[in-house]
Amino acid sequence: MKLIKRYSDPERINHWFVAICFVLAALSGLAFFHPAFAFLTNLFGGGPWTRILHPFIGVTMFLAFVLMMLRYWQANTMAPEDRQWLSQWRDVISNHEEKAPEVGRYNGGQKAIFWLMVTCMIVLVITGILFWRPWFAGFFPIWLVRMAALLHSVAATALIIGTIVHIYAAIWVTGTLRAMVRGTVTERWARKHHPAWFREVSK
Amino acid sequence: MSSLQSLDIAQRSATTAPSPSIRQSPEVAKLIDVSTCIGCKACQVACMQWNDLRDEVGTNAGTYDNPNDLTPESWTVMRFSEVVQEENRLEWLIRKDGCMHCAEPGCLKACPAPGAIVQYANGIVDFISENCIGCGYCVAGCPFDVPRISKKDNKAYKCSLCSDRVSVGLEPACVKACPTGAIHFGTKEDMHEYAATRIVDLKERGYAQAAVYDPQGVGGTHVMYVLQHGDKPELYHNLPANPRISAMVGLWKGIAKPLATAAIGLTALFGFFHFIKMGPNDAEAPEEHDGNVVRNDDPRA
Repeated sequence: MKLIKRYSDPERINHWFVAICFVLAALSGLAFFHPAFAFLTNLFGGGPWTRILHPFIGVTMFLAFVLMMLRYWQANTMAPEDRQWLSQWRDVISNHEEKAPEVGRYNGGQKAIFWLMVTCMIVLVITGILFWRPWFAGFFPIWLVRMAALLHSVAATALIIGTIVHIYAAIWVTGTLRAMVRGTVTERWARKHHPAWFREVSK
Repeated sequence: MSSLQSLDIAQRSATTAPSPSIRQSPEVAKLIDVSTCIGCKACQVACMQWNDLRDEVGTNAGTYDNPNDLTPESWTVMRFSEVVQEENRLEWLIRKDGCMHCAEPGCLKACPAPGAIVQYANGIVDFISENCIGCGYCVAGCPFDVPRISKKDNKAYKCSLCSDRVSVGLEPACVKACPTGAIHFGTKEDMHEYAATRIVDLKERGYAQAAVYDPQGVGGTHVMYVLQHGDKPELYHNLPANPRISAMVGLWKGIAKPLATAAIGLTALFGFFHFIKMGPNDAEAPEEHDGNVVRNDDPRA
């Protein structure tokens, strides 16, 4: 089994740091969103502690995510063949990705998720600061605080859904997880899922 | 106030199942007759005395308002408005500001902490401060800009309508202290009846637009005003003419909650069943559709 390096050690540490922050931020944030999730405050030491910790976790996640954004944005620019790939999503989810255009380092779905996450992270950090108590909310007019709270929940929902898709794709496409855990993928994995990238790295 | 056993809770924040509510009580209301208020601030003193709170001594900002705004320690403030509607006719409109105890409270709708805000069957909206987490959502939810978050403990505070006194049959402290009888307390029905007599009187005295302030945009309030200029509530230190819960808050704490929760859950479910149906997308696996799978799902076999 021939292995190909896909993610370096710093890249994987960066990714998993963001991932841990995301889980903590999502669980603590959901606790304020719907009564059904209010019990999640117990994971963080009660309501006041959850309220105190959530924004700090979020800002930490954002800063670490900025590093990832800088690392990957060039590899995620959308090309016409990515749009074609996305339009053939039915083929892809039926395990017939070979019918869609050839994929490079990232496919159209991965790129779409990347930009969704970039957008959500930026919206989340800006709106989050606008209603961060006790530090910042008092500086802003009440209409802005209200709008921020609404947008924050919309962006958070989109990010959570995007992340579920991201995680599921890594489980469904066997051999993907090891790219982020061990840093390597098999040659067959690369040839099947990212043939253009495979040719490039095996030159 | 305190979370003593109560059997008459109409609404409880961040709670979807019913709260103890078998005990019925009539809706109460405080009626503040602005036309008979002299601005003495006895109500403010009574409020701080009964609730045993002492605000910081502040500075004069050029008006009689003292303190200048509602604070975590000052749950009611006399707002003095100098209004000139006709030439050479100054009117000094003095409104006792504080929580309006809305029938549909924006604070309670926005609050994410279970039981931090309750509304009793009698209509009083109360902050159960020990359950407060200090997020400030109540501030965003309130159409009257009433809740204040303390810098000492990061808890939200506001007028309780003396829920502790009312629960044992007493009137709120401000009502008891008012020397001109401008503040009335009783069932909401009785207060409307009394307000109607005051409005007849004010209209006879030339205030053709005198009216009771019980804004229906928030389902009515359990603190009502008799206003000389009922058509222009804004004259009274920007009392909103048609207060309602902001549409932003309505979306955020309304339809967004079930929609987002369902979308998240359905995405996860879709993924799970996709895997059950399609199986892994495995570069190492033998091709299933090349006839490598032996059919053995025939029940007769």
